[in-house]
Amino acid sequence: MPAKISLKDRISNFNIEKYGPFLALAVLLLIMLVLQPQFFKINNVVNVLKQVSYMGCIAVGMTFVIITGGIDLSVGSMAAMTGGLMLVTTNHFNGSIPSIILALVAGCALAVGCGWAVGTLTTKGRIAPFIVTLGTGAIYRSIVLQAANGGEFRGATETYPVIGQGSFLGIPYAIFVFLAFAVVCHIILNNTRLGRYMYAVGSNEDVARYSAIKTDRIKIVAYMILGFGVFLMALMFSSRINAVSSSNFGAGLELDAIAAVVIGGTSMKGGRGWIWGTVVGVIILGVVGSMLNWLNVSAYLQGAVKGLVIIAAVLVQRGRGEVK
Amino acid sequence: MNEALISAQGICKDYLGVRVLDHVDIDGAPGQVHGIIGENGAGKSTLMKILAGFAQPTEGSVVFRGKPVVIAGPIAAKEMGISMIHQELNLIPDLTVYENIFLGKELVQGNGLLDKKAMIEETRSLLAKVGESGTDPRASITNLSVAKKQMVEIAKALSNDSKVLIMDEPTAVLTDNEIEILFASIRQLKEKGVVIFYISHRLKEVKQICDTVTVLRDGRRISTGNVCDVAEEDMARLMVGRELRELYPAKVVPGDDVVLDVQNLSIPGVIQDVSFQLRKGEILGFSGLVGSGRTELMEALVGLRHKAPGCSISVMGKQVGIGQYGDAIRNHIVYLSEDRKRTGLIVDMNITENITIVSLANYCHPLVDRKAEGRTAAKYAQAFDIRCKSVTELVRYLSGGNQQKVSLAKAMEVEPEIMILDEPTRGIDINTKQMIYRFINDLAKQGKSCIVISSELPEIVGLCDHVAVMRGGQLAGFVHGKDVNEEDIMFLATGVKKGVPAHAC
Repeated sequence: MPAKISLKDRISNFNIEKYGPFLALAVLLLIMLVLQPQFFKINNVVNVLKQVSYMGCIAVGMTFVIITGGIDLSVGSMAAMTGGLMLVTTNHFNGSIPSIILALVAGCALAVGCGWAVGTLTTKGRIAPFIVTLGTGAIYRSIVLQAANGGEFRGATETYPVIGQGSFLGIPYAIFVFLAFAVVCHIILNNTRLGRYMYAVGSNEDVARYSAIKTDRIKIVAYMILGFGVFLMALMFSSRINAVSSSNFGAGLELDAIAAVVIGGTSMKGGRGWIWGTVVGVIILGVVGSMLNWLNVSAYLQGAVKGLVIIAAVLVQRGRGEVK
Repeated sequence: MNEALISAQGICKDYLGVRVLDHVDIDGAPGQVHGIIGENGAGKSTLMKILAGFAQPTEGSVVFRGKPVVIAGPIAAKEMGISMIHQELNLIPDLTVYENIFLGKELVQGNGLLDKKAMIEETRSLLAKVGESGTDPRASITNLSVAKKQMVEIAKALSNDSKVLIMDEPTAVLTDNEIEILFASIRQLKEKGVVIFYISHRLKEVKQICDTVTVLRDGRRISTGNVCDVAEEDMARLMVGRELRELYPAKVVPGDDVVLDVQNLSIPGVIQDVSFQLRKGEILGFSGLVGSGRTELMEALVGLRHKAPGCSISVMGKQVGIGQYGDAIRNHIVYLSEDRKRTGLIVDMNITENITIVSLANYCHPLVDRKAEGRTAAKYAQAFDIRCKSVTELVRYLSGGNQQKVSLAKAMEVEPEIMILDEPTRGIDINTKQMIYRFINDLAKQGKSCIVISSELPEIVGLCDHVAVMRGGQLAGFVHGKDVNEEDIMFLATGVKKGVPAHAC
């Protein structure tokens, strides 16, 4: 086959489903360049990235769950519970290094364990993930509320906040954590057996089963990876503000994360999607939020604009998708 | 001959840059049954989908009642009186028979509520027309056999008061008896002046039921003529474009070593106490009517279904436990499922990914070596003549025959000693069929063992030296050697005659 492809072919073969989110981000940035060149000051860019990196960890994990055909609505409350546990643990041992390690292990075990529980309930228990996580989300939140007596956990050490407030070369750790997690997840999804099986299970579970894939196990692992993402978010955010509010921490996070995944081009039906799309989806949400602030749009209206962006993103992708 | 009610003129269709139909003309006159034959990928289904509004032509036009029309979609087609019965049935499994038949045209009482009684009654009379008076209109579609679902589809098309009825491989899953009933309804429709387009791979049936036959090859119309003027052999030759050589290769004499010994396999309520042996280099046929439990038996054998306790399976003389499909693969047993779309291939993944999905561990160190995967896929694409633009093409865009070749490659990738092929030639063209027969035969020559499940008796007779016949979830008996012929197998399958007891072979 000759390698030469005409420009016209290139344009008509352009995979809008895959690269559409990049295009949208480029358009947004172009608009900002015209309206508010100050937006591109390094401090502001870092700030925008930092703001979304917390939710980004969860969105990256959520990509796995959605690719396998699932959903998790309990990540916000799960983050509150995990963050609370880590704060309480470090406080209890006065923030020594071993106590921080203990807190990390406990938080990680709790979040990944919650992922395992949700995965097991949906696969072995045969309950729709929507229902399971609606239930677990309510349970997690009320556990945190009870433990904090409706108030908040406050950090009482000087060591724990270093994790969330520290930075390297002027870039907060949270951004590194988010990007590193995204890179690792991209490799898992694209270059390992586990990743391939996740696409297979999400695309057609029966065929996967007839191909000797342990479909239940694959789905459970997807929820566990998401649990790990929740742990990262809880760690970075609770240590940044050095507190966990039992009623507000993580509230609404699940919707932002799912929105980022969908904007990034991952199909809600499962079987299709990729990590970089989600990363771009996360950044788009951050840029839109920041843009509205710059343009002095009322805070009350920002939710509506976000909603429109989500719907528009999906419409654009569907528009070029296959007509059945 | 009457004036044509519907005709397609100079139809071209490009699909992703590939021309799948090239200036095809076709006419349908009232009361005419127009057979459409051709190999897989010849464009039969695409042409019919254009007539039924499921696809739009790139060039050319459809003329209906003398006027050029645009058939915008299946609903527009239905309003014009054009219905299509698809190869893959289009019934909603969770709804009942009558709800499916009246889907989109529910009868409503004066008070705005559904008139269930009337719909049920009408469904009952429609079912009676297609010889299915035994089926309850209130039964859920999930609980019906494939053949019964097919009859419901036909009843549904009848209910549309169709002027043009398109049937895509309607007999693929029907027994002889059901085919007779179907033909009787086709004849009735014919008398009412309905135009029927009839796609089939079974030339004998085309000869039997059609008036006119059109042969398509590679998207072009090769010929159209009266059925009585064309012999079956000529049809086959026109489809293939060259002389057909011997369809079945010479049978292979199996060895004596038993490679697979199954004793007392049962599935509660489905299979009772089945025992059989498979020898090295043997092609063992499994015959029986649709619903006799052949597929269920094999699925249980390889761990895809639960078996009742008390079953013992030995591979190469060693007793093994097969609790899940992975255990079967480890024992070098591979199962090629009968339903490519539902359980065989992931159509939204590419050829390479489908071929290596079971054997993927061999390509992970620990990251997936895509280049090695691609080389493997290219090797199979060449060996099996998989027609594709590249091995990264999605399986969705391949024809049925090429999809089946991908399934074979996927099965061969795990280096099986025992291969179970369930309906390996269903819905594929004669060339690919011949290729698959050779392939199975070669496997046997290399000392591998095959089990072939097939509803097509000539296939079983042509391939197998030894045939197990099932009836109602039990082994009705075995035939082998000279006794392998269609009549003896049918006698056993229908229970007319008792066979050789299982253990005597």
